[in-house]
Amino acid sequence: MKIELKGKEMSLRRISKILAAGKENIKKTACYFVLVLVSFCLLFPVIYMTANSFMSQKEIQKNYGTLMTSEDSKKAKPQYMSFRLIPEKVSFAQYYQALLRKPKFLQMFWNSIILTVPILLGQLIVSTLAAYAFSKFRFPLRDFIFFMFIIIMMMPFQVTLVPNYIILKKLNLLGSYLAVILPGTFSTFGVFLLRQFMISIPDEYCEAAKIDGASSLRVFWNVILPECKGALASLAILVFIDNWNMVEQPLIFLKNQAMHPLSVFLSSINGSELGIAFACGLLYMIPTLLIFMYGEEYLVEGIQLSGIK
Amino acid sequence: MKMKTKEALTGYAYALPILAGFTVFFLVPFIISIYYCFTEGIGNVEFVGLKNFKSLLGSKSFLLAAKNTFMFNIICVPLIMAISLMFAVLLNKKLKGVTFFRSFFILPLVIPVASVILVWNIVFDQYGVLNKLLLAFNITPVDWMRSKWSFWILMLIYIWKNCGYNVVLFLAGLNGIPRDYYEAARIDGAGRFTCLKAITIPLLVPTGFFVFIMSIINSFKVFREAYLMAGSYPYNDIYMLQHFMNNNFFNLSYQRLTTAAFLMALFILLLVSVLFKFEGRYGRNLG
Repeated sequence: MKIELKGKEMSLRRISKILAAGKENIKKTACYFVLVLVSFCLLFPVIYMTANSFMSQKEIQKNYGTLMTSEDSKKAKPQYMSFRLIPEKVSFAQYYQALLRKPKFLQMFWNSIILTVPILLGQLIVSTLAAYAFSKFRFPLRDFIFFMFIIIMMMPFQVTLVPNYIILKKLNLLGSYLAVILPGTFSTFGVFLLRQFMISIPDEYCEAAKIDGASSLRVFWNVILPECKGALASLAILVFIDNWNMVEQPLIFLKNQAMHPLSVFLSSINGSELGIAFACGLLYMIPTLLIFMYGEEYLVEGIQLSGIK
Repeated sequence: MKMKTKEALTGYAYALPILAGFTVFFLVPFIISIYYCFTEGIGNVEFVGLKNFKSLLGSKSFLLAAKNTFMFNIICVPLIMAISLMFAVLLNKKLKGVTFFRSFFILPLVIPVASVILVWNIVFDQYGVLNKLLLAFNITPVDWMRSKWSFWILMLIYIWKNCGYNVVLFLAGLNGIPRDYYEAARIDGAGRFTCLKAITIPLLVPTGFFVFIMSIINSFKVFREAYLMAGSYPYNDIYMLQHFMNNNFFNLSYQRLTTAAFLMALFILLLVSVLFKFEGRYGRNLG
């Protein structure tokens, strides 16, 4: 009797354990299921672009006939686009066209670099210096100015559009690359992000260096900068992504279409160039995808920095 | 005293480049902007008092744009915050390969809008892929971007793009909560829901504050997608303040634009000030 009971107890405990484990497993599976499903949705546009960029012009024409014809004929004979994730025959024709046959695409890719790289370098220099000032020095109006920086950072581009246009016209910059580069350089986001980080560097470090007779520039160069390497990389990535995406500024400040970056062209694509657009869209993603692959940790760090108070 | 002035001057010296740039490209423009709000005419400018504000507040297109921008924010910001908090909690679990999934959330952030807009256009076109799919299930197709749906599509794109940013912020916040708190609570017999309500959410308030600000900034950026998909005059439901300002720029109605911009800036200023006050008080209570 006693033994029996013990056995029963044992098995009951075991059953409940197995049941609990099963419940955990079901939960885990559910979590993974949700994650996989969501991941697919998040990845879908990239997969779709990639697949389409390897289709031949003929296949593109077949799939997206409607998008490629003019408005009038669309009304006459509506035809739905077909959805294909796997090309019938893998073709590099679009890339061949984009890279070797039509120099205008390479030109626009180059324009994107001409605009993005100076903004990136300029903003890194300007905002490191400013962040140093805002985090390690006390001066009148400091917090008020910083508050203004945050407000400006939040404004949509359109809010300062007209006055910006007037200033650029007065400075005779309208239509030159500088019209896009200069306002981009002085964006306050960098100051905001780096200040968040520099505040976390203990003041004692700077004090110690000062007691040893180091000038403020020396402290900046030998104490602050080495600590900031990671934060600078994060900022560089965020700024690059933001400006690589630029559409409105070049559209308004650069009248000459030959100066437009690829982002502007891609967004105004019309039917006949659809095939090439897929290839260009993918080529345009490559720098940011590379950043993503090699700098994801810094990107994550940068995002987190923007959230530290 | 002398030390203090020296420190202040050094501080200003380092901040000089940004202060100069900020003054030329943002501060002066902003002041010009305010001046424009009270004037009329392009050639010989005339002072007209509050006339611009009156006509703007009576303008149907402005009110529509303001309403839409407001609606978009009031629906999307809480929604994206809830969704990203949910995924952050999910990704914070000790599951195998979780960092791998986190990457997928970040990916949309780095993809240029210009590249991906093509895909959205193809999916949501009147004769697009989604409608073809619906037809296969015998559901009547919808002209997505020219119907009530456009608002929700824009929201979907917004969430797709920005969820990752918020998830990363929330994950950092979640990691900052000591595990002992949960263990202590569990010993006291607190359930999972109580833990969420009493520990996770209150301690995430500072993070949430920033997620909120970033979500608003990003919600203004969704104009780009709306503009690229539906042009200057989209369906009524997604006609945003940025559309209004953009169109007035091209119509050369600078005064209307700057007046609208001024009101929008004022609203943002108020919102941020209130937020900072609220956050300061709440933060002190916790500390």
